[in-house]
Amino acid sequence: MLIISCPWCGERPEIEFVYGGEAHIARPADPSALSDQEWADFLYNRTNPKGTHAERWRHIHGCGRFFNAVRDTVSDFFVATYKPGEPRPDLSQDDAK
Amino acid sequence: MSDLLFPLTALAATASDLPAARLSALPPATRLVFRGRESAVGPAGIAFGAELPRQACRFKRSGDRLAAWLGPDEWLLIAEDADPAALIAEIEPAVFGLPHALVDVSSRSLGIALEGPRAAYVLNQGCPLDLSEAAFPVGMVTRTVFGKAEIVLLRETPERFRLDVWRSFAPYVWGLLEEARRELA
Repeated sequence: MLIISCPWCGERPEIEFVYGGEAHIARPADPSALSDQEWADFLYNRTNPKGTHAERWRHIHGCGRFFNAVRDTVSDFFVATYKPGEPRPDLSQDDAK
Repeated sequence: MSDLLFPLTALAATASDLPAARLSALPPATRLVFRGRESAVGPAGIAFGAELPRQACRFKRSGDRLAAWLGPDEWLLIAEDADPAALIAEIEPAVFGLPHALVDVSSRSLGIALEGPRAAYVLNQGCPLDLSEAAFPVGMVTRTVFGKAEIVLLRETPERFRLDVWRSFAPYVWGLLEEARRELA
């Protein structure tokens, strides 16, 4: 079973968590000023990378909190987890490995 | 006592007596969920009678009052000696005007106690957490899963666990615990 490290509770089994989509997507301040394409990009279009991906997870059967995680979409390895509001950690050194 | 209100009564009456992991249904208790910002946490603990722990996944007990950390701004308050309205009336004045929510969830869940040298082993049949004393010491509490049901798990002594189970899941969790205990007979 995959072990995910919750920023509050520590290492927990994956069945306590749910996936919450890509992280760091801010809602546009003035949606009515956007073109249809820009609005569609905000709503639907995601980066879908092969490699490290910043995404939201929720410790739903634990503290109930959302947090962000950097996960490798190829190996399913969780590189880092961090609290919401914090910037994506600089993992360029890890990426080089 | 109707089976609808206390679905564990009938099950507890027929539970096999295994000292290695003794299973018992706990009497009804008052349960409140307190959620609040930092400024309200201290006063709420003083009014409740047991400090609300700031450390993640810990509970504090004082007499019949127990305050358990469930999330960074969420605590479960269990009182065996008070009725919900009276307890809310005790706490509300202390946090008046401070951002908080205090909700009576007494009827939401039932308490189950599991006690004995093999208690952690039995729990691990349905719960994947590391329940060794190094990883899950006395005084630790967490929401987690048991089988398919969500539970709140507290370690009261090295050999005694308390489970808080949502009412409609209680017979399922009880049945699973009984199943896990069978090999100890």
